[in-house]
Amino acid sequence: MIAVIDYNIGNVKSVCNAFRHIGCKVVLSKDKQVIRSASGLILPGVAAFGYAVNALGSLADVIKEVALQGKPLLGICVGYQMLFETSSEYGLHKGLGLISGNVVAIPQGRVVPHMGWNLVKFPQGMDLFKGLGDEKHFYFAHSFHAEPKDDEAKIAYTEYGLDIVASVQKANIYGTQFHPEKSSRAGLQVLQNFYNICKRVS
Amino acid sequence: MLTRRIIPCLDVKDNRVVKGVNFLNLRDAGDPVELGARYSDEGADELVFLDITATIRSRKTIVDLVRKVAENVFIPFTVGGGIRTVEQIDELLRSGAEKVSVNTAAVDNPDLLAEAAQRFGNQCVVLAIDARKSKERKGHWQVCVKAGSEPTDIDVVEWAVQAEKLGAGEILLTSMDADGTKAGYDNELNKAVTEAVNIPVIASGGAGTLEHLYDAIIDGGADAVLMASITHFGNYGIRQIKEHLRDRGVPVNL
Repeated sequence: MIAVIDYNIGNVKSVCNAFRHIGCKVVLSKDKQVIRSASGLILPGVAAFGYAVNALGSLADVIKEVALQGKPLLGICVGYQMLFETSSEYGLHKGLGLISGNVVAIPQGRVVPHMGWNLVKFPQGMDLFKGLGDEKHFYFAHSFHAEPKDDEAKIAYTEYGLDIVASVQKANIYGTQFHPEKSSRAGLQVLQNFYNICKRVS
Repeated sequence: MLTRRIIPCLDVKDNRVVKGVNFLNLRDAGDPVELGARYSDEGADELVFLDITATIRSRKTIVDLVRKVAENVFIPFTVGGGIRTVEQIDELLRSGAEKVSVNTAAVDNPDLLAEAAQRFGNQCVVLAIDARKSKERKGHWQVCVKAGSEPTDIDVVEWAVQAEKLGAGEILLTSMDADGTKAGYDNELNKAVTEAVNIPVIASGGAGTLEHLYDAIIDGGADAVLMASITHFGNYGIRQIKEHLRDRGVPVNL
């Protein structure tokens, strides 16, 4: 069973719907015991970073604890950004610090938010992108982006006048700047792949 | 490269999709959940649902609709119509909408844009503008509110610029003059707004042919094009639209 972290923010229902659609058992929960007993965690996010971190509150420690035990964790959009150390969205905020790096504004000189379907490139054979070749379009909607310090953590890019890291992986910790739950078939495949990773680990 | 988006718009009244001309003479176009799912299967990039009655009763219906759409459709969708508070935005986002559009409420209370952006992030906050050519000032457009029924003295371009500063993350720009006419988008309007702001602009109102969509992107500078009549009534399929744009050199997600 996959637990989607419920922390009273934006659109968390869509992630649950997408998992149900692919036949995966999923529960939306803020209960620490439920989160601890899940085979994998999703940290969703449709919110401003600071608001999201505050709303997460003490659940942050549970997520870190579970992730450090080796259970798969997937952060999506702001949930992905929260995996990093800090963000400068509406003031400086601390993230979970599971992946080293910071979240900064997309530089001026282009339309922001970076909104819509952009081509994501990834090396073949990555667990999260299995069955998708080496590039696919995914849906993005963000004004800030993460700059991971560890080059090895960067597993996918998209081009928007600069290279934006579209996905990261550090051992069992995964993140996507795009919304797999809103990226039609390719996105559902990413969620299916994450589900398969969870099954393999547990 | 970021692709240009093709967005069918579903105007919803009494749980049915309807479409009018110049905001009048409504015609039935089907069930919103079914039509939304069909567009998603056909490759639409996004959907917009507008509650065009926007009454207290319809608000509950629209939340239910959002839930049902979210269970069946795995592309982003925006919901709008009569939304006045941050709490209503929260409810719609939590029900499965990716973005919420505000129109009259933002004109009455521009701080709504700032409040919503700080809580949900500006990528969730769409400002809808119903624009009408100004009779007094040539080359200008005036903002109309209450589903287009009430013109204001507000200049469309100035309002768009102000809204971006406040926290709007996208503008859904509807030309009331062109809406439903199938005579083409108002690309002077689109150009005036896209050149003035740095957030994405969805051009809306007037699509009748595939070239109209191309013109809105190339001449109007639109990041996305919204359409209703030409896709609802089977004139063009989403794939056909995208193939046409691709062949004309526009990046699309096919």
